[in-house]
Amino acid sequence: MNLPLTIKETKAGLLNKKFSAVELVDEYLKNIEANKDLNAFLTVSHEEAYKKAKEIDNNLQDTPLLGVTVAHKDLYLTKGIRTTAASKVLESYIPQYSATVVDRIEKAGGITLGKTNCDAWAHGGSGENSDFGPTKNPWNKTHVPGGSSSGSAVAVAAGLSLVATGTDTGGSIRQPANFCGVVGLKPTYGAVSRYGVIAMASSLDTMGSFGRTVEDVETVFNVIKGSDGYDSTVVDSAFRIPHSKLKIGIPKEYFTDGLDKEVEKSIMEASKVFEKAGVELVPVSLPNTKHAVSVYYIIQPAEVSSNLERYDGIRFGNSREDFGAEAKRRIMLGTYVLSVGYYDAYYLKAQKVRSKLIQDFDLAFEKVDAILAPVAPTAAFELGEKNSDPLKMYLEDIFTVSANLAGIPGLAIPSGFNKQGLPLGFQLLGPRFGENILFELGKIYEKSK
Amino acid sequence: MKYTPIIGLEVHIELNTKTKMFCSCPADHFGKLPNTQTCPVCLGLPGALPFANKEAIDKTIKFGLALGCEISRNSRFYRKNYFYPDLPKGFQTSQLDSPLCVGGELQAKKINHIHLEEDAGKLVHQNGASLVDFNRSSVPLMELVTEPDFHDVESILVFLKEIQLIARYLNISNADMEKGSMRLEANVSLATSEQSTVNSLPDYKVELKNINSFRFLEKAINAEIKRQEEILSNGEKVEQETRGYDEVKQTTYSQRSKADAHDYRYFPEPDLPPISLSELTINNLQFTIPELPQQKRERFEQEYKLPKDYIDILVLDLDRANYFEEAAKLNNNYKLLADLMINKKLDLEFPQAAGFVRKLVELTKVEYANNDEVESVVNLVIMDNEKAVSDYKNGNGNVVGFLIGMVQKRLQGKGNVEVVRSKLLEKIQNG
Repeated sequence: MNLPLTIKETKAGLLNKKFSAVELVDEYLKNIEANKDLNAFLTVSHEEAYKKAKEIDNNLQDTPLLGVTVAHKDLYLTKGIRTTAASKVLESYIPQYSATVVDRIEKAGGITLGKTNCDAWAHGGSGENSDFGPTKNPWNKTHVPGGSSSGSAVAVAAGLSLVATGTDTGGSIRQPANFCGVVGLKPTYGAVSRYGVIAMASSLDTMGSFGRTVEDVETVFNVIKGSDGYDSTVVDSAFRIPHSKLKIGIPKEYFTDGLDKEVEKSIMEASKVFEKAGVELVPVSLPNTKHAVSVYYIIQPAEVSSNLERYDGIRFGNSREDFGAEAKRRIMLGTYVLSVGYYDAYYLKAQKVRSKLIQDFDLAFEKVDAILAPVAPTAAFELGEKNSDPLKMYLEDIFTVSANLAGIPGLAIPSGFNKQGLPLGFQLLGPRFGENILFELGKIYEKSK
Repeated sequence: MKYTPIIGLEVHIELNTKTKMFCSCPADHFGKLPNTQTCPVCLGLPGALPFANKEAIDKTIKFGLALGCEISRNSRFYRKNYFYPDLPKGFQTSQLDSPLCVGGELQAKKINHIHLEEDAGKLVHQNGASLVDFNRSSVPLMELVTEPDFHDVESILVFLKEIQLIARYLNISNADMEKGSMRLEANVSLATSEQSTVNSLPDYKVELKNINSFRFLEKAINAEIKRQEEILSNGEKVEQETRGYDEVKQTTYSQRSKADAHDYRYFPEPDLPPISLSELTINNLQFTIPELPQQKRERFEQEYKLPKDYIDILVLDLDRANYFEEAAKLNNNYKLLADLMINKKLDLEFPQAAGFVRKLVELTKVEYANNDEVESVVNLVIMDNEKAVSDYKNGNGNVVGFLIGMVQKRLQGKGNVEVVRSKLLEKIQNG
């Protein structure tokens, strides 16, 4: 059978009995099996998937995600299904409860196919930090798929699942989406509950998804957003109302020497697509962008060091010896910046600069509805290329971390391919709770390009 | 003694909220089967997040208001990071800067602040194994920190008992030391006479931990004062450290030296938004504060003129104080009422204060009211109850009982029933 390409097609096919949910699961599981070398999945939940598919076939209801297959990043707790955070520490951990996002997707008719590979504890931007081996880029298996939500991006790109969940703490959804040529949404901080998702850095973590189209990512967002009584940072906010003539800002600080020429060119082309579609382009400035990576690599490890303390091997999981090198590095960094005598100089200072970054965006969004920017300095790089140099790897995050520090949403959209045949794309950043504007612009781009 | 003890207190009080501090498990953990009141949040499972308990915040604010504290308009939680097997998250959610309540005073002892945090689980060591019970994990815990204003054990005991009583009056905790719902740490140091004259504090302090009863508190602090005195008298320095109290040896012992002191790496808890409190919220809580023990003592003194020791005993138990006041409405022999309650424990035999008062009248075998008194009261009652009187005249004999009751009420039960009855009938028939 030909797999449906969107949520709409999936629902229509099921409701019109063109195919059954069980047949869908058959097909996706076949694809997963055939693409094992991508190492996208850590656990495939055959039994649960068929159980849910049969339920759907026996009682067809027009729910928002009817029969939509979903792969969850292995940071999302799934009741009864092993959840590892791609770390040996949780190698055999089976959760007693499911994340709010997992529950909501299931209630909306989604079928969980399994758990996807990622950088262990979401620490990384290439997928190579997984304790269970790196995920491969489906467009070129010698290249990384990006990270940390590597397996989820690959699953959608390679047709192993229609949609997939990810977490974005410093770019972990947008960057792999960009490297794999799929759409990825990092929502506003406080739009989607983090409950039941293994925490990386609590003030930066956001729960989003991958899909083949902007509309699919929007549909999933509408299912998972909103307060749940467990995450007290979630706010049920109204949408943002955009300018009557849509305006996109082009931040000069994002187009620097380090930016690959092909990447830059593709973004300029994207801006022309918007312009042609009647969107106004406005130059904007985000002067504190240069501090973003430094601020991020203080606040994030600080919170990581605290969040990983519970993995002491007493109640569940293996001992602390099983933490990988990157986790240990962040635990040490974080412990250091929070120590007496260093807290003010590092953590507190970083928080102050973070406020400046937020002000930059606030000012920009007074003028424009969204900001167009690159996601990563280059297209997907080669496996092993940056793995030995943590600092080089951290600089991968240069265009993505600002959105996390400011708590604003970002939508990564594919735009084509480079000469090597690797995907290219861009991101649209919006004001807090401005997801609706990003979806509107994203759909304009998809239609007009 | 040539040294003046300088003592500050840290008092932990578990709140009697319905649910725990950050989840909806029941907070009442005492005597419950281990690990039967837990969930992902209080077990610190992966992905679990805290959700702050409003009742706990309100109760802490009430405690602060009762002690004259300033309530922080903007408060927040912090993470206090340290490893211990009974601490499932590896950090305790507590407060640091801008705690809920700041300042305040009780018995002329200044309070530094009161903050809100969560309790840890409990370690049970048995049969060579160490077991963890998480029923107590994340139960709301208030910590009151005083300035180093205490110089003797006596005033500490008086202070703590008052704190306990206030918590009970506010119905925020039973503050039971034996059950662990009130725990104490004391920072003890000795000032030389030179330091005392210029009001400067010693350059060290010893933290005494794990004091589980008022009795041991007294012994532990005295033992520690004695220890420090000996060291200083020998011209040596007392080391800054944490010490525990050995109940058997009746001495304190070193638990942790200064060098091993924790660096808790405090930072603002990112999972919990800051708490902002409006004037209205604080005012509304202020209205819910009942009469406090000291106010009650003063009122009992004015209103009932009871001896001080009687007042102290009555006020110690809010139920008993209320019982006394109910009885006092029925009988104005206040001193005798209090006496029978305190020395004869008669109140325990009568669940209703009215029964107690009847018993009191009987017990005191007061002479019956004399005939003149009876007669004048009977006259009054007949005048006030025309309807009952005419009912009687129309053949309703039952109303006699009612009229006797009215007479007795005015005579405070001192009338001889037979005399009252004959006087009544006589008056009605003649009138």
